[in-house]
Order: sequence, then structure tokens, then C-alpha cells
Amino acid sequence: MSLALVLAGLVLASCSGGAALALRRAPALAQRAACAVLVAGAALGIAGAALALGGAAPAGLHARWSVPGGALAVRLDALGAVFLLPVFGIPAAGSVYGLAYFAQARRGAQALRLQGFYGLVTGAMALVVLAANAMLFLAAWEVMALCGFLLVLTEQEKPEVQRAGFVYLAATHVGTLALFALFALLGSAAGSFDFARMAGAGLPATWGVFALALLGFGLKAGLMPLHFWLPGAHAAAPSHVSALLSGVLLKTGLYGILRVTGFFAAPPLGWGLALLAVGAASAVLGVAFALAQHDLKRLLAYHSVENVGIIAMGIGLALVGRAVGDPALVLLGFAGGALHVVNHALFKALLFLGAGAVDHACGTRELDRLGGLARAMPLTAALFLLGAVAISALPPLNGFVSEWLVYLGALRALSAPSLAAWAALAAPALALVGGLAAACFAKVFGTVFLGTPRSDQGARAHEAARAMLAPMAGLAACCVLIGLFPGLLLPALRRAASAWAPPAAGLAAGAARSAVDSASALTGCAAVLLAAAGLLAAWRRRRARGAPAAETWGCGYTRPTARMQYTGSSFAEMLTLRFGWAFFPRARVEPPRGPFPRRATFSSHVPDTVLDVALLPLLASASWGAERVRRLHRGQVQGQALLVGLTLLALLAWRFLWW
Amino acid sequence: MLLALAYLAAFLALPPLLLGIVNRVKSRFAGREGPPPWQLYADLARLLRKGAVYSRTTTWVFRAGPVVGLAAVATAGLLTPFGGAPAAIGFAGDFVLFAYLLGLARFFTVLAALDTGSSFEGMGAAREVTFSSLAEPALFLCLMTLARATGSLSLGGMFGPALPLAWGRAAPALLLTAIALFVVALAENARIPVDDPNTHLELTMIHEVMVLDHSGPDLALILYGASLKLFLFGALFVRLVLGFPVEGLAGLAMFLAGLAGFAALVGVIESIMARLRLVRVPQLLVGASVLSAFGLVLLLR
Repeated sequence: MSLALVLAGLVLASCSGGAALALRRAPALAQRAACAVLVAGAALGIAGAALALGGAAPAGLHARWSVPGGALAVRLDALGAVFLLPVFGIPAAGSVYGLAYFAQARRGAQALRLQGFYGLVTGAMALVVLAANAMLFLAAWEVMALCGFLLVLTEQEKPEVQRAGFVYLAATHVGTLALFALFALLGSAAGSFDFARMAGAGLPATWGVFALALLGFGLKAGLMPLHFWLPGAHAAAPSHVSALLSGVLLKTGLYGILRVTGFFAAPPLGWGLALLAVGAASAVLGVAFALAQHDLKRLLAYHSVENVGIIAMGIGLALVGRAVGDPALVLLGFAGGALHVVNHALFKALLFLGAGAVDHACGTRELDRLGGLARAMPLTAALFLLGAVAISALPPLNGFVSEWLVYLGALRALSAPSLAAWAALAAPALALVGGLAAACFAKVFGTVFLGTPRSDQGARAHEAARAMLAPMAGLAACCVLIGLFPGLLLPALRRAASAWAPPAAGLAAGAARSAVDSASALTGCAAVLLAAAGLLAAWRRRRARGAPAAETWGCGYTRPTARMQYTGSSFAEMLTLRFGWAFFPRARVEPPRGPFPRRATFSSHVPDTVLDVALLPLLASASWGAERVRRLHRGQVQGQALLVGLTLLALLAWRFLWW
Repeated sequence: MLLALAYLAAFLALPPLLLGIVNRVKSRFAGREGPPPWQLYADLARLLRKGAVYSRTTTWVFRAGPVVGLAAVATAGLLTPFGGAPAAIGFAGDFVLFAYLLGLARFFTVLAALDTGSSFEGMGAAREVTFSSLAEPALFLCLMTLARATGSLSLGGMFGPALPLAWGRAAPALLLTAIALFVVALAENARIPVDDPNTHLELTMIHEVMVLDHSGPDLALILYGASLKLFLFGALFVRLVLGFPVEGLAGLAMFLAGLAGFAALVGVIESIMARLRLVRVPQLLVGASVLSAFGLVLLLR
């Protein structure tokens, strides 16, 4: 039943673009039809996933497929169901948002293409999660990657979009190559490409397998330093596409890591510690790079690197738990990571949709050209603030709950034997990340929505359309509900954890019960907090009625201008200076010259260290070298004959001297 | 139960007195008579009677700042064990909630400061988030050292009956932790050597400058919230240092005396030290993190 629902949802979502194509003569109707089909498919899919999480037995289908080693095998278990929730939920919200943000009536063929791939990528992601055969998995993976590429290229006439698209395409194919190698290794060891056989084969847990999985899936997930394609691609796409890419598509990489590590009965301790270290590095550096950005969407994209790092830390703790045989640690780490998968999808999509509304209203994403939007766009501002509080992991919203579970896992590791106890150092790293994330979102919200407008573009803003606000409100409501009632989700997360790693029942049940108890205490604290804030606010409201208004106190200066405000860059400067060792900021300074200076400018930006400082120069010099070698291939026949002769001589010499 | 209520009442009523003691000690050091210790109560009463003026630039976020700030700090108080009594709410991992509630208060104070569009308040906000994000790991390392030493994951357990035993077993680690916790308390409460609560209009200020535009009851909420926060950190520090074997009324008296001592210590430090240069503050906070990390390493090895 649950599998049938999900498969029906998958088919409907994949075909939703067809509705827009068929009705393209009436664009408004066509887009609504496509959106309706996608939302219906998503509803079916979420219903199926909820059934599977609610305790329905895992269901599978197996059919023959002509591909060598392949089979049309799908299986829905609780682990996959956790990922299916965002896979179906976020595209549905994004497609409603697109009705106003990317109207087919205005955008024509671009919108038509976008809808087609939007539905198809939803279906492909669902198939990635469902696939129970390596060949089917890889096929779905490739469809998903190509759809992602084509979605990034929606506004293909812009040069930065082309560049971002091609970097993404190259990165994703390097990852796919690693996955081919990974599944070839696993398949040959297990004698079959079916996941069920791999899981049962007692595969040897080698470092080669782990490294390939980390490379292949880490590239998709955007773990530092494999994140380099991500900020560009996610900033270049339209906002509801960014929401899908950043909120959901990245998570398929984490799903892959979970699925593959699930094949091994006892993964070595090193795997967990390595993933924990990579996750911590990703989280800290991701948020540090985010702090240094000026572009709203690029900043949000770097926050995805941070959050993927937090999820990886949760998974790493769970792997450590499996290595030392502590089911409670497995449960806490996994529950934190898995819940953060859902949570991050919710608030990151909310923030990207909010960023899209800002971009739509002001025509710019430059933080330092915005300001004071809370007056013109009060609803967008309130929803964005909610998302900002959630992503900064502040109580009482959902981001806090998942990070709190990861904290509990790290603290549980404190009492683990010898080496595994060092996993507890994840907690201070997470504390640093939390502080920096709050700083970053204070910067974003303060610069964009508070104060006074910094440019004309910002001053002409208008509130977002209702079709854009409604999905944002829906996502925000989910953030609040999960934050207030985390205890309700823990049984489902426990089921997902046992689908990943069969637990020793007694210990895990005890840990689960104490976590549920603690989670209900969280609900109580949230209630106290909300009640106290509500009472104080009501009292203030009554007292503040008719309060006089004046200028902001400027220490006696009575004509403040918008240019005197702190900008986003100046707000973050002290913190970005601390990370000077990781950044290579580029500044262009034209200082004022002479007694009557005419024009002085200063601009600076922080390029991505991996892509712009390391990778591109490296590839450029490799390409330069290849060009030199290529010269030998063309031109004179004599030169080529000489080359052939020398090669033969060298081979002969090698054959006789060293063989 | 009755004692717990007494502690809660003390938490809500006594914090302004703590600041009074600090100021009294400072004025004695300076050779002045100084304001009476209950001066802040009078200030709060006066502010509560006054009206407020709001900048035309501000929105509802500005008004939400003091409200959310006070509510979050007060809720954090429910998680803190005072004296010999357990906390009102305690569960495994509650100290994470404690730290993040303080973070929530800070987040809204910072947003309220940015809402005024003033460069001064932007400056204060930027410094506040910078220093607090560096103080956060130090706080967590302190609390984790305590968790490892006492084998408990809740504030009630860490600062509870297992603490005297832990002092017997792991005194060096706990000593490092106590020093680091004191530094964190000074930084989080905007005291010298991190921030000078007396300066309002100099380029050195952090917390005070963020609240320049708040007036009347809003300012009262902020001042009261700040004193509650000092009380919270004082309570943790006092319990950590004294170990608290005593329960009942004697415990309450000992706890209050300890808090007065904490306030006097803060006052002495403010009197004999200068505020650090801003570029030095991160070094102090990283130093505190390193100290508490040493404490943890001593226990982990």
C-alpha cells in the first residue's frame, strides 16, 4: 500500500510537466494544471512515506530489466521514507510558489522547460531513494543530476549561469564516476547488484569503499572541500529551483552515504570519526564562508554546506556508535542527522523562497543595496525571520531540536571507551557553528529587512504575491510544529534508525524513551517561553500605545542617512578576519588622489577557496600543459615518425633491460 | 518544593541587588561612597513609570527585542539549579537548551539594535555576535568537562550531589573549568575586561551601545534581563566552586553568600583591571576555550 502510493506519486510528479506542455496555448491554465498534478503526486508520495514511517512493513517490487546486472527493483523502508518527505514536500511548495514567481504567461518557453524538469527531478529523486538495485540507482542518479543541470541552466543567456552550470556538470560526473567504481567494487564482492544481496553478503569494510562513497556522495552533498560547485549553481538558478536543489537534492548524497554504510554489519571506528571530522570541517568553514558573502542566495547556498556538515556529524556519531556497539549512540546520532535532513529542507526552502521574494521585489540580491524591507514586505519579513531563527538552531523552532539530538549523541560519546570518546569534541564545534550561524542570520535579516533602504531598488519594494506567501507560510508552520512537538517524531526516527542498523533492543529502547521524555520537557520549556513572551508582549503593547516617534538617536546628529548604517560587510568583518587563514579576499581599491580627488572606489569579495583559488588555476595549468603536449600530435609527418620511432625504441629498451 | 519556590523567588527578586553589590565594591575601590546597593530597584521602578520614545526607523522587531530577551533569560532560569535545590525543569541535555535560550535572547537584542539603522548600534551588534560566538565553545567545553566528571547530562546532575566527589577525583580539571567559566561569565555579561558597562558613548562599547535607543519600560526590561543573566552565571559559578554539599535553609544562606562573593569578585576585577583592547578580546575568549579544553583532555586521556 505504502509503496503503491509512493510509486503513483512518483509517476504523477514526473509527468507533471506534460500537462503544461499539452495546454501551452493557455499558459496560466497550463501552469496551474502542472502545479496541481505535481501537488497531487506529492500528496500521494507523502502519504505513502508517512505510512512507512508509521510502522508499515517494508515493501518491495522486483522486475527483470535488460540492463546487465540490473533489475527494476524498488523497496520502501523507513530510512527511505524519511528522505521521501522532503523529496515530495519541497517541490510541491516550490511549484505553487512558481505560479507567481516564474509565471508561464510571462516567461513562456523558459517556464515550460523549468516545469518539465522540476517534475522530472522530483520523480528521479524519489526513484533514487526507492531503488534497490545499483544499476537502477545509478540510472535514476544520472537522470536526477542532468535534470539538476538543466534546471540550473534555466536562464541560460546569463554568462554566470553558464559557468555555474558547467562547473556543476563536471562535478556531478566526477561523482558519478566514483559511484560506478564503488558499486563495481561492492557488486563484484557480493556477486550481485541488488542492495539486499549486498547487505547480506558480509562485505569486507575497506577504506577504498569508504573513500569512493565519500567522494561520490560527498560531491553531491556538498561536503567541504567537495562543495565548490554548489554556491555558484544554487545562486544562479531561479529561487524555487535553488530551494529544491539546496533543500532536497543535496540530501540524496547523504542518503547514499547512509544506504552504503548500512550494507556493513560493523563499520570500523575510523569511518565514523572520519565522517565526523569532515562534517565538522564542512559545518565550520561553510558558515565562515557564508559570513563573508554579499549575495543573498550565495550566502544561503554556503549555509547548505554548513547544514550538510551538521547532518554528516550526526551520521558520523551514529557510525561511531555502531563501531563501539552502543545502540543509544546510534539512535541519537542517526535521529539528529535524519531529523536535520527534514528540518534543513523546510527552513532552507523557506529562506530561499523568501530570498526569491526579495529579489522579485527589489531586483537585486546584493545585501548592501537592500535594507528596511520589513516595512514594505512585513509578511515576507516575518516568515524570513522565522526561517532565520530556525536555521540558527534557536529554540523553540525545529532547527534546535535536531541539533540538540546531535549534541546528545556527542555527549553520549563522552562515556564511550578510549578513542571514540574524542567524538565528543563534535559538541564544541557545533557550539561554534551555532554562534556563527546566529551571527550570520543577524547580519542577513538586519541588512535586508531592518534599518532604512540603502538604494532606490530597496525603497521601491512591494509585498510578495499570495501564491508566493502561501507555500512559505506552510513551510514555516512545519518548522514551528516540529519545534514545539519533537516527541511525536521520535518513534518514526527510531524505526528509520533500525532500518539502517538493527539495534540491540533493550539499550536502544531505554535511550529512545529518555530522549522522548527529554523532548517532551523541551515542549514544556517552549510553552513557558512562549507564555512569558506573550504576557510581556501584551503588557508592552498596552503600555506603548500612543508612544511618540522620533529620529534614531545619533549622538546629537539630527540628519542621519541610510549610508551611515552598518552594512552587511562591516557587520561581519570582525568575524571574517578570524577566518583570514581560509579566505583569499580580492579587493579592488582606487584610493582618492591629489588635492581635489575625483572618484574613489573600493570593492571586495571573497572567492571560493577551493574553486577559484585552487581548482581553476590548477585545471588551467593542466590545460596549458596539455596544449604543449598536443603540439607534438599535429604538424609535420617527420616529427610524428620520430615520435613513433622513439616510442618503439623506449619500449624495446624497457623490454630487454628490466623485464 | 517550598524551598524550590524560595529559590525561584530569589532568582526573580535578587538579581538587581547583585549589580548593586558590584557597583558598591567599585565605588569603595574608587574612594567614593557610591549609590546604595538597591539603586537598580529604584531605577527600574522609575523606568517602568515612564513612557517610551520609538525611532521612526524601527518596526515591531525593535519592540520584540526586550520582550523575547527577558522571556528567554527567565526560561533559562527554570533550567538552572540554585543553591542546594534541584532545577525546576531538568532533563538530559538541558544545558544545550540553557545556552541556546541565552543565544535566542542575544539574537533578538542584536536584531533590535540593527532595527534602528544607527551606525553605533550596528557596531555594538557586530561586536556582540563576534565575541559571543567565540564564547559559546568555551561554555560548552566547560559544561562537557563537568558532564564527564560527574557522569550526568543535566545541569541539575552536573552541579548536584556528584560534584563534591568529582572535586575529589578531578580537581585540576574542575579548577581549569571554573576559571574558564568565570571568563565566559564576564564576557557574556559585558563586564570588564571584555566590555565596560559604564561607557555609553565611546567607541569601545558593546552591550550598552546596542540598547541606546531603548527607553522607559523597554529599557527596564533590558536592565532587569541583564541582571538575571548575571545571576544565572553567578549561580553556576558559585555551585561549581563551593561544590554544595549543604541542603535546606543553610544551603540557601550559603548560596546567597556565595553569590554576594561572586558579585564582589566581579567588582574587584572591574576596579583593578582595564578593559582589554577589542582585538585582544577574542584572544581572551579563545584562551578560555583552550583552558576548558585542557580540562576536558585531562579527563578524556
